[in-house]
Amino acid sequence: MAMVRPFSRDQRTTIIFGMLAFVIVIMVLQLWLLTATMNAYLGGDQRVIVPAALVSLVACALNVGLLRSVWRMERVSR
Amino acid sequence: MAEPPVGSSGALDALINSPGREGLTGTAPVNIYLRGRERESMTTAPNRSPDDQQPAWREDFPIDWPQDQYVERRDFMKFLVLTSVALTVGQFWIVGLNWLRRRSGLPPARRVASLSEIPSGGSLVFQYPGELDNCVLIRRSERELLAYSQKCTHLSCAVIPEPEKGVLRCPCHEGSFDLRSGSPTAGPPRRPLPRVTLEVRGQDIYATGVEVRTI
Repeated sequence: MAMVRPFSRDQRTTIIFGMLAFVIVIMVLQLWLLTATMNAYLGGDQRVIVPAALVSLVACALNVGLLRSVWRMERVSR
Repeated sequence: MAEPPVGSSGALDALINSPGREGLTGTAPVNIYLRGRERESMTTAPNRSPDDQQPAWREDFPIDWPQDQYVERRDFMKFLVLTSVALTVGQFWIVGLNWLRRRSGLPPARRVASLSEIPSGGSLVFQYPGELDNCVLIRRSERELLAYSQKCTHLSCAVIPEPEKGVLRCPCHEGSFDLRSGSPTAGPPRRPLPRVTLEVRGQDIYATGVEVRTI
């Protein structure tokens, strides 16, 4: 039977740092996307609004997925 | 911690897959790699020295720094993900605003003034399309009429037309727009002023629409 070895706290901290880096980059991209979309909306450019919202949704799903993997990791470690 | 497995004579057990050592090729028991909860919940000083070498004040502030750091980063990550959700909601809010704007369609034409009310080189303020949407009408020459929204595209201060200099100036942050095109020429504004389209019907000037632009 395969043995599931839980991560130690130090390993989990390292993993969290890595995930945090991804989440920060994605969130900064989302922030830029929001300001660019608002600028486009105020300027009357309607073409980018819906695609930008979809991209933001995908980025958000990615972030939520990363957070879920943290919860899963903690559940295994308990 | 469990005692390492030893043979009956006290020598190390060389057999692989003996009880307690499944899957290992060395001599350590399987559970040596399993960390118990006790170790996780132990208070560890930042310098990782034993407790008896720590200063006395640490006893009053027994903070487990590695655990604190872990929880801090994890909570920060949760906060960032929440921010990410908020940014996505913001994106869809813009989609909703855009949908409402498209649904409302073009504003109806409205009489602004008669030609005789505005001299050549003069300007006047009017409201279009809503009662709170101030716009400015400029008559550069006998045959040239221009109209723009009076809200600066930076922070919505009222712009002041200066036809003699060929600009519309925003006094709040010294922004200025070209009078002929409405494009920003100086200061913080990045987008041109929305242009109000005009139509002259007989002796009257009518506003017929608002044209928002990015460049």
